[in-house]
Amino acid sequence: MKALVWHGTADIRCDSVPDPRIEDPRDAIIKVTSCAICGSDLHLYDHFMPGMESGDIMGHETMGEVVDVGAGAKSALKVGDRVVIPFTIICGECDQCRRGNFSVCERSNRNKALGDKAFGHTTAGLFGYTHLTGGYAGGQAEYLRVPFADATHIKVPKGIPDEKLLFLSDIFPTGWQAAVQCDIQPDDTVAIWGCGPVGQMAIRSAVLLGAKRVIAIDRLPERLSMARAGGAETLNFAEDNIVERLNDMTDGKGPEKCIDAVGLEAHATGSIDSMYDRAKQAMMMETDRPHVLREMIYVCRPAGVLSVPGVYGGLVDKVPFGAMMNKGLTLRTGQTHVNRWTDDLLKRIEEGQIDPSFVITHKVGLDQGPEMYKTFRDKQDGCIKVFISP
Amino acid sequence: MHATTLPRTALRGRSRSAHDALAKGLGWFSIGLGTLELVAARSLADGLGLHGRDGLVRAYGVREVVTGIAILASHDPEPWIWARVMGDALDLATLAVGAGRAEGSERTNVAVALAAVAGVTALDILCAQGLDAEKGGPKTAVADYRDRSGFPKGVAAARGVARDFAVPRDMRVPDAMRGDVFARRRRPVPAGA
Repeated sequence: MKALVWHGTADIRCDSVPDPRIEDPRDAIIKVTSCAICGSDLHLYDHFMPGMESGDIMGHETMGEVVDVGAGAKSALKVGDRVVIPFTIICGECDQCRRGNFSVCERSNRNKALGDKAFGHTTAGLFGYTHLTGGYAGGQAEYLRVPFADATHIKVPKGIPDEKLLFLSDIFPTGWQAAVQCDIQPDDTVAIWGCGPVGQMAIRSAVLLGAKRVIAIDRLPERLSMARAGGAETLNFAEDNIVERLNDMTDGKGPEKCIDAVGLEAHATGSIDSMYDRAKQAMMMETDRPHVLREMIYVCRPAGVLSVPGVYGGLVDKVPFGAMMNKGLTLRTGQTHVNRWTDDLLKRIEEGQIDPSFVITHKVGLDQGPEMYKTFRDKQDGCIKVFISP
Repeated sequence: MHATTLPRTALRGRSRSAHDALAKGLGWFSIGLGTLELVAARSLADGLGLHGRDGLVRAYGVREVVTGIAILASHDPEPWIWARVMGDALDLATLAVGAGRAEGSERTNVAVALAAVAGVTALDILCAQGLDAEKGGPKTAVADYRDRSGFPKGVAAARGVARDFAVPRDMRVPDAMRGDVFARRRRPVPAGA
């Protein structure tokens, strides 16, 4: 089959690789009907996340049709079922899965020792996202093996186009969880850093959940225009002093809720501290650029909430934890517990409350994937979300 | 929706361009040379006929280190390579001054240094020109997504439509940080209640 394969920094190729097969009774194989490039894939593309190996298949936003089912998954799936595959692989049985903390499933990371070493305790296995999270083949391919398939799937009805459903795999529930864990109140102002795909979904989620104001921050005009379309006021960090402007817009008090939809690759020349971080990254003295985290801690209203769906990979430097502690801020983080939200979100799509396909800006075939990684990374051609039909 | 034809990107992937690899090498070279200039400023100055100018050599060392880090850190190293070219010109001018003052073996040292800097300058220019040539055409016009609300019934209808969503207990803001909970708790109980 064809698949997008990681070979090194900024080197992804569309290669021929062996078809996946059932390896465990709980596996299923799906024929991929659509997949997407995620912003967090760019951390792998730029090689800021450790644990990638040449030959790894990329991708964790995937949906398709079941074509083979292991004996242990037949109670939940059958050939022909239409499924969206959550990016987190879940066993559905461990203590964390039973609590709904799916992204920290205790059993799905087959490289548990690596996960333990990197993070203290393992997190869930992820598709196409380093050997720290299991080294599982990703879904930017014609076929995908789904481990723990009886639990790791979202059944979706026929008749709704892939474009509307695919993002249940990651960015829609990720934006939703980012907003939900802010516990938005009707008089809240929610500030959202980053108007990439997750930021766009967080904006829509905050609007649906009834925030009084949503303020979105980015520098790219096309992303800001999409944010405004979704009901946000916008700030351009290339033109505005974000801390000053957010304080001005909130009578000097700061936003109650802040969402970091940027993560470890804050714009490298966007601020003095990001340039400092980039220089340290280049010297291998720091892994992440936490500019947004610093800014959120500084500007958030005391007793407010910081929600961090943006991906961080390792070590951050110069985080003003004194301000964090003295202001009594609540910090909520984590990869998304996808299956915790998807029943509700699917219902909202079916009812027409939201149509997540608004975020797609480019549609291509698998063979054009490598070029689209560059286009997406370099934010060229108005690229916000790449939808791939293998 | 955009056409599926691929646009040219402004910046190329670093790992596949020889000029990007060269830029990376020049970045590390810059850091190495700069560090040498910082730690052995006096010896270098004396050896090149620049007696008493070790402060100047240290300043050049800082320049080299900063430029080197910028080359390695930058997504687009080309401007920093051109900065190196300007630095090379400064080095050549300084060495020329040293050549006028050098005596004995210092003259040989200066000649070797001039040749080395000239060679590196040629490499810098080659690299910067190569990086420039690899850049794509001008950025395409800014896309306008003002019609992409994502709300089939409009933004106004969407506002607060999920307000009844039950936030899970583990994700709720602690009571003490929520609205006027504390004030309500302390409110006097009405008489007769």
